[in-house]
Amino acid sequence: MGALSIRNVKKSYGNTHILKGIDIDIDKGQFLILVGPSGCGKSTLLNMIAGLEDISSGEIHIGNRLVNHLPPKDRDIAMVFQSYALYPNMTVRQNISFGLEIRKIPVAEQKAIVERVANMLQISHLLDRKPNQLSGGQRQRVAMGRALARNPTLFLFDEPLSNLDAKLRVEMRTEIKLLHQRMGTTIVYVTHDQIEAMTLGDRIAVMKDGEVKQFGTPQQIYDTPANLYVAGFIGSPAMNFIPATLEEAEGQAIVRLDNGTETFPAKLGPLGTAQRPYVGKSVILGIRPEQITDQGSAQADQPNLQLIRAKVEITEPTGPDTLVTSQFNGVKVTARCHPQAGMAPGQTATLVIDPSKALLFDPASENRIA
Amino acid sequence: MADLAYHQTPAARIGRFGIYAVLALFALYYLAPLYVMVVTSLKSLEEVRNGNLLALPAAPSLEAWSTAWSSACTGVECSGIQGYFWNSIKMLVPAVALSTLIGAVNGYVLAMWRFKGSDLFFTLLMIGCFLPFQVVILPMAQMLGFLGLENGTARLVLVHTIYGLAFTTMFFRNFYVTIPDELVKAARIDGAGFLRIFFRIMLPISLPTIAVCVIWQTTQIWNDFLFGVVFSAGETQPMTVALNNLVNTSTGVKHYNVEMAAAIIAALPTLCVYAFGGKYFIRGLTAGAVKG
Repeated sequence: MGALSIRNVKKSYGNTHILKGIDIDIDKGQFLILVGPSGCGKSTLLNMIAGLEDISSGEIHIGNRLVNHLPPKDRDIAMVFQSYALYPNMTVRQNISFGLEIRKIPVAEQKAIVERVANMLQISHLLDRKPNQLSGGQRQRVAMGRALARNPTLFLFDEPLSNLDAKLRVEMRTEIKLLHQRMGTTIVYVTHDQIEAMTLGDRIAVMKDGEVKQFGTPQQIYDTPANLYVAGFIGSPAMNFIPATLEEAEGQAIVRLDNGTETFPAKLGPLGTAQRPYVGKSVILGIRPEQITDQGSAQADQPNLQLIRAKVEITEPTGPDTLVTSQFNGVKVTARCHPQAGMAPGQTATLVIDPSKALLFDPASENRIA
Repeated sequence: MADLAYHQTPAARIGRFGIYAVLALFALYYLAPLYVMVVTSLKSLEEVRNGNLLALPAAPSLEAWSTAWSSACTGVECSGIQGYFWNSIKMLVPAVALSTLIGAVNGYVLAMWRFKGSDLFFTLLMIGCFLPFQVVILPMAQMLGFLGLENGTARLVLVHTIYGLAFTTMFFRNFYVTIPDELVKAARIDGAGFLRIFFRIMLPISLPTIAVCVIWQTTQIWNDFLFGVVFSAGETQPMTVALNNLVNTSTGVKHYNVEMAAAIIAALPTLCVYAFGGKYFIRGLTAGAVKG
């Protein structure tokens, strides 16, 4: 049994169904990410875990205890909010010890805990300040300190980095990960940022419209997304979706890529049993930008590489890579090339594609054809 | 900014001068009655009768003030307004404290612990802000009779507390809706309950709003005449009623100097409250209206 177990949890207001049956299980010490666009129900789910919102049906267990009807204070949780929610009238010290005081922890012990947490987060010099005298990053640390002081079974983070500037966000992200590794705590973390999801999580639940679209490790979600939604949501720049017709030749699955003047058959590998019913029908080929690159960057030892020619429409240098946009089968396709590869708009470039890593999706159900 | 002010064009300077001239004129116009009251109260009755209304007192004396305080006649009784002044204080302090505190709790519930129909409840309460005093007199009298409350001061405390709740609730509710509800959520997870969140977090951050309520309620309650004259009698009447009686006592000559002194004494508490709390008043009224 895990640290957190969510079983068929639903939330509705009248006929509006916010959550349509969520099942998630994580073990002690795991870092669970709930990721999805705004309005997908991820924050509602977090509030339900915290006990701040009622559960319409289903069960939530924290550390093997059914907590459906327990108030927040009895759930052995701590929460970090997007707005930090520091008590404006209290000093940093009082903010951190407020929860301890309510739990009637002896004053000497409170003091020791505040010292320990402040040292760990390097906020010892701020203890006597009020929240309005702190910068965004410092407030963030205090909010985490308040959560850490309680040493709960479960930590809940509600988009804690959204209010920070880009540089600080990356720093705090690393720090949260470090903290998690050091303390081995169980964390549920809500975000809309897929990079935060990938970098922090042990487990990711990609949510949309009140449903979990896929639940798995970051690498599973990235390499084998269950459907078009997950495939498009995770990864930046996003996966290319190219409409095509599945063909078979000598047991090999093939799709044709047409750049407007030439057509290249892309060999996807042996035709799988799941793919067989789709032969002769339209499918969507999903291929990530890094699987299309220039000849110099391609790893020559990969056995399935194929050359294609593309008309370069636009190039976007990002520094480490240059994103090259061209067209195949009438849609824009992004390739990730080396900045020194000399791609220029208007020219016809030779690109290397690794079709064996491409995925096929059913255009009607939008699920991956596995 | 400073540089800009030094390098104004002549036209801008004239414009600025014009603005200040107009402002000064209006200030004079508004201060004139107060000036007349003060100088009249310092004059002897002889000088009031013979002298110029605007002239400074020839021999300033506080005699009229002491007369007003301790021996002027309000009706048949001639012991000044001091007793009524304390009546007003005894009515004011509990009424202001109660209406502010209850308003704060109401606002906290309406903003942070919404219940089914809480918006409707707030709307209905708002109607209370628009009800003229006269409308509530009859039902209030019936209610006071039903409660059997005899003491005039206690009756006025109750009446003013109830009548003020619509305003104080609105002030606090409108302030609390600007506070992110994550604050309450965080406190709930920390283990704090309804009352602890209110007293430890919400009330300490509402100082500007408390100032608004105190000023507003003090002004309303201290200056009220109608409730005072209707719901209290004799010994327990508030200051405003006594002042009216003093001015309308029709035997003998009119003691303008005493009347002016009494009127200033009657106005002093509200003046003081504005002088000390004025900056919080503006800050509290605009809190949440503008960012920061």
